[in-house]
Amino acid sequence: MSAPQAHLETLPRSVQLLLVLGLIALVAFPFAGQDFYTQMVTRMMILAIFAMSLDLLQGITGLVSLGHAAYFGLAGYVLAFMSPADAGANILTTLPLAVLASALVALVIGFFVVRTQGIYFIMVTMAFAQMLYYLFFDNKGLGGSDGIYINVRPAVLGMDLENKLVLYYFTLVCMLLVYWFLRRLLWSPFGRTLNGIRLNEHRTQALGYASFNYKLTAFTLAGGLAGLAGYLWGAQTGYVNPELMGFHMSAHAIMMVILGGMGNVAGALIGAFGFELFLHLFKDLPKVGGFDMGKHWQLWMGALIVLVVIIAPQGLMGLLRSRKQDD
Amino acid sequence: MDLANFSIQLLNSVQYGLLLFLLAAGLTLIFGIMGVVNLAHGSFYMLGAYLAYAFTGAWGSLALAVVAGTALSIALGWLLEKILFKHFYHRSHLDQVLLTFGLIYIFEELRSMLWGDDVHSVGIPAWLDWSIKLTETLSYPAYRLFMLAICSALALGLWLLISKTKLGMKIRAGAFNSDMAQAMGVNIVRLHALVFAMGVALAALAGMLIAPLSSVYPYMGSQVLIMCFVVVVIGGIGSVRGALTAALLVGLVDTFGKVLLPQFASMLVYVLMALVLLYKPEGLFKQ
Amino acid sequence: MTDALLMAQGLSKRFGGLLAVNDVSLSLFKDQVHAVIGPNGAGKTTLTHLLSGDLAASSGELWLNGESVTGWPHHRLSLQGLGRSYQKTNVFLPLTVWDNLMLAAQARDAHAPFNPLSWFTRADRNPEVSARAERAMTLAGLAAVRDKSAAILSHGIQRQLEIAMVLATEPMVLLLDEPLAGMGAAEAETMVQLLQALKKDHAMLLVEHDMDAVFALADVLTVMVNGTVIATGPPQAIREDAQVQAAYLGEATA
Repeated sequence: MSAPQAHLETLPRSVQLLLVLGLIALVAFPFAGQDFYTQMVTRMMILAIFAMSLDLLQGITGLVSLGHAAYFGLAGYVLAFMSPADAGANILTTLPLAVLASALVALVIGFFVVRTQGIYFIMVTMAFAQMLYYLFFDNKGLGGSDGIYINVRPAVLGMDLENKLVLYYFTLVCMLLVYWFLRRLLWSPFGRTLNGIRLNEHRTQALGYASFNYKLTAFTLAGGLAGLAGYLWGAQTGYVNPELMGFHMSAHAIMMVILGGMGNVAGALIGAFGFELFLHLFKDLPKVGGFDMGKHWQLWMGALIVLVVIIAPQGLMGLLRSRKQDD
Repeated sequence: MDLANFSIQLLNSVQYGLLLFLLAAGLTLIFGIMGVVNLAHGSFYMLGAYLAYAFTGAWGSLALAVVAGTALSIALGWLLEKILFKHFYHRSHLDQVLLTFGLIYIFEELRSMLWGDDVHSVGIPAWLDWSIKLTETLSYPAYRLFMLAICSALALGLWLLISKTKLGMKIRAGAFNSDMAQAMGVNIVRLHALVFAMGVALAALAGMLIAPLSSVYPYMGSQVLIMCFVVVVIGGIGSVRGALTAALLVGLVDTFGKVLLPQFASMLVYVLMALVLLYKPEGLFKQ
Repeated sequence: MTDALLMAQGLSKRFGGLLAVNDVSLSLFKDQVHAVIGPNGAGKTTLTHLLSGDLAASSGELWLNGESVTGWPHHRLSLQGLGRSYQKTNVFLPLTVWDNLMLAAQARDAHAPFNPLSWFTRADRNPEVSARAERAMTLAGLAAVRDKSAAILSHGIQRQLEIAMVLATEPMVLLLDEPLAGMGAAEAETMVQLLQALKKDHAMLLVEHDMDAVFALADVLTVMVNGTVIATGPPQAIREDAQVQAAYLGEATA
């Protein structure tokens, strides 16, 4: 197998600058752009949280999960179940509950899944996510294949997520908090151990670390953070369905993280924005000759992924690294 | 449940199980020998189904379609291995997951461009289009029995190939330790190409056989892929025997589950997988 | 007579039909080096795996510091004061020497992973952990390569790092599996000096092929052939043992 490499954990100056500029742009954006674009960027930020949560699991701990969307979708459903038909749910109660629910389910599934290695891990994470998918798909009581509508967005103390601007800044704050938390985690004893597990789990155990507990904790945390993203998604779109927990959504997360570069949290964030931009780009392609290029966006998306894997498997951040001097 | 009903469900279980086996056998061998996880395996199944639709539509004969389709799949499998997959044997699983996921996107789009997004049906050949009467009210379609027979024959053939022939021995050696097998003189490059092509062909064949029963529709590959993974996980990677046992188990649990506990039917298979993982995290028959 | 820090009784390991380790008993005492020698395939490394918890024994018992630890996994044994180095260098290659040692030094008093304290503090700002890493680094003579990535180190220095990692966990018992593997004369000399310095305060098991090093360091020798112990005793006695000479020393290369 190709050896894993240090993932640019100390961000190069160029990336730091990019992030600062990006932050300024994000804060100022709603005042410059139209409503449609505000919604688009909100969505990107939500997906950035989702991608960062996966980076904790995949980039930092080295666990490739094909079922991460399960925790994303689940939180959306919790919001839907807790939303009254004619009023907004209380953010203060429903948000923590949704995140907790996702974390709890991640803990339970993680207990079974973390004991497997390598390819088995990939397959069983996918399988358990599918299990949840079918649970919701097959049961009318849980919304079935049609999903559930959230008629009124959640609110609390005058902060109403029905208001697109409020939702935008609420999401921005959440994204920044998640970024800060995960960057902090990266340099913490816990994060260093996860990194050790990714690089050489056997030696990490030999040194005295109960790696199963570490992996399970990472799995649970990642699930909870994915739940935060899922809650916000439900709050934004007002609609949840089983596809949010599905295989395609999980793969979506992996692709975002890969595109940006794994293991340093910033890559996941950049990758999420980048991926969505590419998606919009491809979907808006014009008709050329009789061929509707935009309709067949999946072809270009697929080709992009294949290209990234072949040429730049370390993602955009990785391209930066190869220009950097090695020690 | 009376005897007639039970018999029907049992037959359905075995039929579904054997179908899953055709898919899982290819997947488990490709993974066991070459170390490649291939998410696009379900796409080959879909390809088979669409080829059955296209060729039957053009020539009016399912049998002809199956022959042509199988030949085409072998060629396609061989080609894909040569130009793409063989370069990924030593890449990380993540890279393989991404590559093959990208392929799924591409395949689905190609399917959409060639045959559109509608659901298509493939006619059951006239000579198989009847039913065996079991009781006053129940009968069993002959085509399903035919499928059962074919899949059993293929399973038997595969078993004979793997356990009784020289090629089979090479395959088993390759699954156990690829480098060692090569050191002992096995032409590993050719073996890899062969196993890959075989895996693709089996998947496509499964798709061709199921087409008259399940219809032909977009993303039909994704659904079956996951079941396939469950079978491989339960059976143990690299073990054809494991794939068969697990496939039949899954077939039984899923079929009877749908009848006895319809609301949780889809979940039962995963519960089964969870239980197996608790005691044997590497599957029942891991090499 | 001090008690054995590590005591193994009747350890056996079976792989299918193969008996890799057959009814081996030995004890390790403080300030003492117990060397295990034997031809390739004798089961020395397997024995080391059984003692360190890398492998579960098919039968037999193990005591660490008087406590029964039979069947314990290696991370638990490590926390109790048992350190093990590997024949094939087993460090964190992309990390610097310092980061390698910090990760090792941190293990002793790491908070439980689900304890939020371990999420918010900075790993490199713990004076106790840093001191431990510093000590191990100095002892193993690695200060000069502190900020170099482990991957680019020379083989000899890598082997030193391999030992330093174990030292950073400050164990009582040291299980060293061929620390001199692949070393030239000069590098081996440095390593032997290091091991000599470690003798004090540790109970050491040394699996080695380098006979010069073995006879320079060992207080007790155990000879294994085909998974079985054929002789145990002080170095001179073993050297003169006819059975041992026939089985091993006669063919041994220094």
